[in-house]
Amino acid sequence: MTNKTLIQISTELSAGNYSSREITQDIIAGIKARDHQFNSFITVSEDLALQQADAADARRATGNADLLTGVPFAHKDLFCTQGLRTTCASKMLENFVPPYESTVGQRLLATGAVCVGKTNMDEFAMGSSNENSYFGAVKNPWDLSAVPGGSSGGSAAAVAAGLVPAATGTDTGGSIRQPASFCNLTGIKPTYGRVSRFGIVAYASSLDQAGPMCTTAEDAAVMLNAMAGFDAQDSTSVQQDAADFTADLNQPLAGLKVGLPKEFFGSGLDPQVADCIMAAVKQIEALGAEIVDISLPNLELSIPAYYVIAPSEASSNLSRFDGVRYGYRCDQPEDLMDLYCRSRAEGFGAEVKRRIMVGTYALSEGYYDAYYLKAQRIRRLIKDDFARALAKVDVIMGPVAPTPAFDLGSNTKDPVAMYLEDIYTLSANMAGIPAMSTPAGFVNGRPVGLHIMGNYFAEAKLLNIAHQYQQVTDWHLETPSTMQKGA
Amino acid sequence: MAWEIVIGLEIHVQLATKSKLFSGAKVGFGAEPNTQTTLVDLGMPGSLPVFNQEALRMAVTFGTAIDAEIGKHSVFARKNYFYPDSPKGYQTSQMDHPIVGIGHLDIQLEDGSTKRIGVTRAHLEEDAGKSLHDDFDGMTGIDLNRSSTPLLEIVSEPDMRNAKEAVAYMRKMHAIVTTIGISDGNMAEGSMRCDANVSIRPKGQEKLGTRAELKNINSFRFIERAINVEVERQIDILEDGGKIAQETRLYDADKNETRPMRSKEEANDYRYFPCPDLLPIEIDDAYIDVIRNALPELPDQRSARFVNQLKLSEYDAGVLSASRALADYFEAVVVVCNDTKLSANWVTGELAKFLNQNNLEIDAAPVTAEQLGQLISRIKDDTINTKGAKTVFEELWNQTGTVDGIIADKGLKQVSDMDAIEAMVDDVIAASPKQVQQYLDAEVEKRGKMLGFFMGQVMKASKGSANPGQVNGLLKKKLDALC
Repeated sequence: MTNKTLIQISTELSAGNYSSREITQDIIAGIKARDHQFNSFITVSEDLALQQADAADARRATGNADLLTGVPFAHKDLFCTQGLRTTCASKMLENFVPPYESTVGQRLLATGAVCVGKTNMDEFAMGSSNENSYFGAVKNPWDLSAVPGGSSGGSAAAVAAGLVPAATGTDTGGSIRQPASFCNLTGIKPTYGRVSRFGIVAYASSLDQAGPMCTTAEDAAVMLNAMAGFDAQDSTSVQQDAADFTADLNQPLAGLKVGLPKEFFGSGLDPQVADCIMAAVKQIEALGAEIVDISLPNLELSIPAYYVIAPSEASSNLSRFDGVRYGYRCDQPEDLMDLYCRSRAEGFGAEVKRRIMVGTYALSEGYYDAYYLKAQRIRRLIKDDFARALAKVDVIMGPVAPTPAFDLGSNTKDPVAMYLEDIYTLSANMAGIPAMSTPAGFVNGRPVGLHIMGNYFAEAKLLNIAHQYQQVTDWHLETPSTMQKGA
Repeated sequence: MAWEIVIGLEIHVQLATKSKLFSGAKVGFGAEPNTQTTLVDLGMPGSLPVFNQEALRMAVTFGTAIDAEIGKHSVFARKNYFYPDSPKGYQTSQMDHPIVGIGHLDIQLEDGSTKRIGVTRAHLEEDAGKSLHDDFDGMTGIDLNRSSTPLLEIVSEPDMRNAKEAVAYMRKMHAIVTTIGISDGNMAEGSMRCDANVSIRPKGQEKLGTRAELKNINSFRFIERAINVEVERQIDILEDGGKIAQETRLYDADKNETRPMRSKEEANDYRYFPCPDLLPIEIDDAYIDVIRNALPELPDQRSARFVNQLKLSEYDAGVLSASRALADYFEAVVVVCNDTKLSANWVTGELAKFLNQNNLEIDAAPVTAEQLGQLISRIKDDTINTKGAKTVFEELWNQTGTVDGIIADKGLKQVSDMDAIEAMVDDVIAASPKQVQQYLDAEVEKRGKMLGFFMGQVMKASKGSANPGQVNGLLKKKLDALC
């Protein structure tokens, strides 16, 4: 029963083809049977899921079903789930069971969606390959020797492998879009403030934003409808009426102005990826869009600026993991300092420690102006670049990443090479604008995603473009061979 | 060498909001550990702060009360440090853009003059939890009830030159925050506490000396003692040719000494940066004006009114307006007895003496303002004299009855019956021929003083209940008639 879109499952549930309990049992059986290849799940919550499925079936019987009622999905393992451990893929939180549910989780549960488990990720969302997980690397269902991307690599692999129709992700510098691109999915990072961050373990608070990862744009729109909306518990949540992100899906693209920033097509871009992207752009042009050359002159600066701001915030956000209240505590601490030092040294992985140290350094007295303040100025420049560009065009397109998914282990020795992977995605987080990835072809059997960025609150427009493109292409319907083999 | 003392105070005022600075948990003292907490106060992963608008109103109220600049764009910053009772690993405070900027307040010095003390800034911040070291054998317990309780930290300029000025400043600050109702000012429960930055320099030198920071002083008396003992310590060191270390010190009230907590070398680099979970606080003139216009009568204004309208002395007015509770009490006494001078005398005299002796604040006085007003009324209508009134006051303090009930029970009603008084006066004159002769021999100007002996005798004979005015008049008449 896998390899179905969320909408398909929803339709078949309402047609009475099967119950939520049946599809949930099927999906959990599929995960148990096949996930050993991908390692996409950290925790499968069979009991809780079946309880939720039964409740969904009961709700459907009363005629009160929603689109998502009874539909299984998975949470990236940094959404706090009440009574279900939430690890952030870290030894630090290996046994942490939150006493509460995130706002996004509450909203999804309120529609009757069924959470089947928690997906693997880079530890505390720090990484671009999902190799920084205490629970082991995730493998790309399209090619088991390739990374799925990160940090939402488990969510991406789980959906790509057909284990679940949809999963939540978070995107701080590309963590939804890049794994979506690497795994042939539709994933969207909404406008900063669209989706509440309450209950999502913070990496870099001013950049973090949650969004859905699905097979189709339509599925993503339905998921986002459930996830988005103002939340008084998140002070950075935007006080905007909840939009219906499915409303514009079928709008024609005639007259759409698409900007191609020359900085997205420079020497670092794999020529075959460039070919895929240009072919996709041509097709969108054929749908009536006008293609315009634009420039985002400060794009290059987004990498150094991001790798100051994000680690700075992370160094502070992760201070609470000190071995005192919850999470990992070292054995037999000699004194308080020993408790702090060993709990953190033993509880955090290498990349997390690297970013905590970078951030601590950048915020230190005497360095703050040169690093943190300067990075904030660059952030302003990047924002201004987008404002200028989006005054001329409706949306901006380009590649999500310079290459298709790379081989497992190929970048782990060189953190800077890994950071360069994020060159095209970081800027949308810096500016706070929405951006998404939609499947646009393959290079040597590995997927390539088309990056679509728009103005604040233009999610419906982005999803509309992706949906129209998906009406004339089949890339998003391709399935990896691992799906057939294991099914 | 002559030394000049330089003192600046950082006062932490706990704001009297119902809920915490960044969560909906109740603020309160004395509850079971960790019962007044939410996810936010526990520093739970994924939890986010939401700013309490009531704390903003209170901070702006304070700013307008000390005529300070109000930050129209103020920013919360994270102060990063590890400590077990700091659940997030940082304290949310304000650094570069505080809610209250430069302001000032005036203190009265002992010579009656006024001195203006500069206020550098006041900013909002959250309190930490508490570490409980005594309750668990070999372990430390953490109570996060106090975590995220709203504080206003008020930083003064180093404008004070002795411990008494520091106390006067703290008292004035106490009067202001209690008058404008932003804090209960309860120092015993830690609602108001201060850190004192103390340094000394040779008189005439402009450059400031190296300072020591005395932490967490929680009573007016300790401020004075702590500063004085620290100044002595610094003088001793410098006069012995030593150097003062810049460090944080703790005042030990039992031993009356200060001792080092941590030195500058050990000090944290707090790595302040704007808190990304909270938006900057943006306020406009309209918001500030509404608050400014709603300010209650401030201590200085009240003191001026006491002088101008109630005709009190500057001194009495200053004392009575030093705390809102005291001033309210005084005015309530006046309402009952309609005598400002007597009310002032009793409140600053007998009442203050009893409060002091019993170490009580005015709120806890067992004698109500209404009772004291009635008592004063009984003096005014000649029912009792001052001596009797003091007896009644003591009984009221011990809560043994009502004013009139005590007067009746104790037989304190003063004798105003002219015949009875005349009989006592005659008896005393007859029994004191020697003193009468001395009186008659004395020069007229000196006789007034000599009347005291006869007054005393008559009052003694009446067991204190004779109306002293009547006795005085009658004695004078009778003695002068003998001339």
